[in-house]
Amino acid sequence: MATTEAKAAPRERANQRPELAALDDATLREALRRMHLIRKFEEEAENSYMRGLIHGTMHLSIGQEASAVGTCLPLQPDDYILSTHRGHGHCIAKGAEPGMMFAEFFGKETGYCRGRGGSMHIADVEGGNLGANGIVGGGLPIAAGVGLSIKMQKNNRVCVVFFGDGASNEGAFHEALNMAAIWKLPVVFVCENNQYGMSMAIERASAVPNVADRAVAYAMPGVTIDGNDLPLVAATAREAVDRARRGEGPSLIECKTYRIRGHSKSDRNLYRTKEEIELWRSRCPIRRLEDELVGHDRFDRGTLEAIEAAANTEIAEAIEFAKASPDPDISELTRDVYAN
Amino acid sequence: MPTDIQPAGGEVRELSYAEAIREALGQAMEADERVFLFGEDVGVYGGAFGVSGDLVHRFGTERVIDTPISELGIAGVAVGAAITGMRPVLEIQFSDFVTLAMEQIVNQAAKIRFMFGGKATVPMVVRLPGGSGTGAAAQHSQSLEAWFAHVPGLKVIQPSTPHDAKGMLLSALDDPNPVLIFEHKLLYKMKGLVPTDAYRVPIGKAAVRREGSDLTIVGTSLMSLKAEAAAARLAEEGIAAEVIDLRTIRPIDFDTVAASVRKTGRLLIVYEGVKTMGIGAEISAMIAESDVFDFLDAPILRLGGADMPLPYNPQLEKAAVPQEDDIVAAARRLKREE
Ligand SMILES: Cc1ncc(C[n+]2csc(CCOP(=O)(O)OP(=O)(O)O)c2C)c(N)n1
Ligand SMILES: [Mg+2]
Repeated sequence: MATTEAKAAPRERANQRPELAALDDATLREALRRMHLIRKFEEEAENSYMRGLIHGTMHLSIGQEASAVGTCLPLQPDDYILSTHRGHGHCIAKGAEPGMMFAEFFGKETGYCRGRGGSMHIADVEGGNLGANGIVGGGLPIAAGVGLSIKMQKNNRVCVVFFGDGASNEGAFHEALNMAAIWKLPVVFVCENNQYGMSMAIERASAVPNVADRAVAYAMPGVTIDGNDLPLVAATAREAVDRARRGEGPSLIECKTYRIRGHSKSDRNLYRTKEEIELWRSRCPIRRLEDELVGHDRFDRGTLEAIEAAANTEIAEAIEFAKASPDPDISELTRDVYAN
Repeated sequence: MPTDIQPAGGEVRELSYAEAIREALGQAMEADERVFLFGEDVGVYGGAFGVSGDLVHRFGTERVIDTPISELGIAGVAVGAAITGMRPVLEIQFSDFVTLAMEQIVNQAAKIRFMFGGKATVPMVVRLPGGSGTGAAAQHSQSLEAWFAHVPGLKVIQPSTPHDAKGMLLSALDDPNPVLIFEHKLLYKMKGLVPTDAYRVPIGKAAVRREGSDLTIVGTSLMSLKAEAAAARLAEEGIAAEVIDLRTIRPIDFDTVAASVRKTGRLLIVYEGVKTMGIGAEISAMIAESDVFDFLDAPILRLGGADMPLPYNPQLEKAAVPQEDDIVAAARRLKREE
């Protein structure tokens, strides 16, 4: 995403916290647009599922929009991300086309993976998204490999890898962070700690309270932040991305957040309370940013509503595109198993 | 009727495949305090496919243990517990994730007894939901059982009915060796008759599901059910297919297959795993190497998964694994061959 940073904070931003003042209006507008796109994408994905348009399962990221969008704000178009099973948000945050995402979801030939991958495998290779992943923690060591490749090719790119709190208990997490650290790779490890790995609360799954506490073991910077605070996520990510680009090595960022929906469509939420879900619903990262912006007179309500409405229209068009798209041809069943 | 629905004592009623497994687990845990269940989300969530259900409420969190997402680690925990006197039952949430646990299962569990000169045993049970048909795509739909059948020291079973799911799980818990149970995800909701008793169905014994004289269809797991349905259709056109549910793929019950092929002279093998280097290749080779070869009236046919990762799109997904129509068509072809 193209971002413009304030060279010097303009006067009207003087009383704003630095993380917010650092973001100019165009950047904020784009960040809001992407957060709304994600929210609406997820809501419509859910509706499509209910109406039987989607055959597999899906993992929705409603409530986690700020960590996806904030992290991707400082990235250049040719930087890389690696995503997770809960990856729709990352994909949109990196600039993917919602239409091609819905098409993938509906198993259509026009989808990002030509209908072969589905929700859990959406990849936008040209846009720098090296894929969602059906395997928890699967992207972490790949990120180390991408970092090594960037370093060897000296192309000055950065790789961000998203993963969940649950993924941090896979051996792959430790192996990846260690290699990234010893080789000083340009990788930013972003843990979206939504406090549960499926039904397993982080306190039951990990002996240390914060995933970022583990950074010490790999001698890399580790910070735990409020992942529903977009300006804070963006500022933290910028620091880690800049550090990686300067060749100073990897960082670990832990965004504390919450998934409002169940883990997947078969979740009955037996492991958490309604009150807890409601509490986090009130911490909506989108409304929170909007309120702050209005409070500082950065945008008026009308402008914000227009941004949201435009995102809704974009999603509605995306669904129409996907619905009207053709299914794959069965005669091409085994295409693309090998490269020629 | 399966040959082994013997009056096991107690009444017989209808249970789903998932319920039958849960009943076996509950009975085993009641009978033997060494037995415990662990895995990802097996506790209050009740298991990703609802198999463990209420067991955590009946047996507590010390015997029904939610683990972190650490497949290699939990497989190792099973090995460690098994070699020191416990009877762990490990659920791998989707069989695909066993790829992360290969080291402990293949290098440790399978070999410890042999390497230690017979001085240790590894009585662990691993339950693995597998198979396609749920739109879960390439990393959540595989049928990897043949990989493990290639590893001496392991036993690999694939019950296809609620009755066998219960009885074979109880046999697996009696077994002093590591036993892997591949459960097809589409079977969990299927119903069948299950006795209330803690009966056993032997490991290493195939079941003749339907008798016939024209050809033999050997199927595994869900494919043996599809083969039965296909055989019923074939009967209407005058083709008498004998259907064998292999049930165990290591050790394979070659005697049952051989006896059938001696009678019919024609063999079709159906399995969902990728056809190449699969179960069908092994059975074909066993026939070719034995006197049964002389009884063949036609070349052996295999129907297996297409040589590809499982696709997401539902039509492609269906086309990638054998369907009932494919079995009917292959059987007709086989019957015509001389
Ligand atoms: C290796 C592996 N183990 C288990 C699973 C099943 N599974 C998918 S997502 C998930 C929870 C992951 O938790 P976390 O990493 O915190 O991500 P979140 O779902 O909370 O976004 C589990 C257990 C899997 N896909 N891959
Ligand atoms: Mg989580």
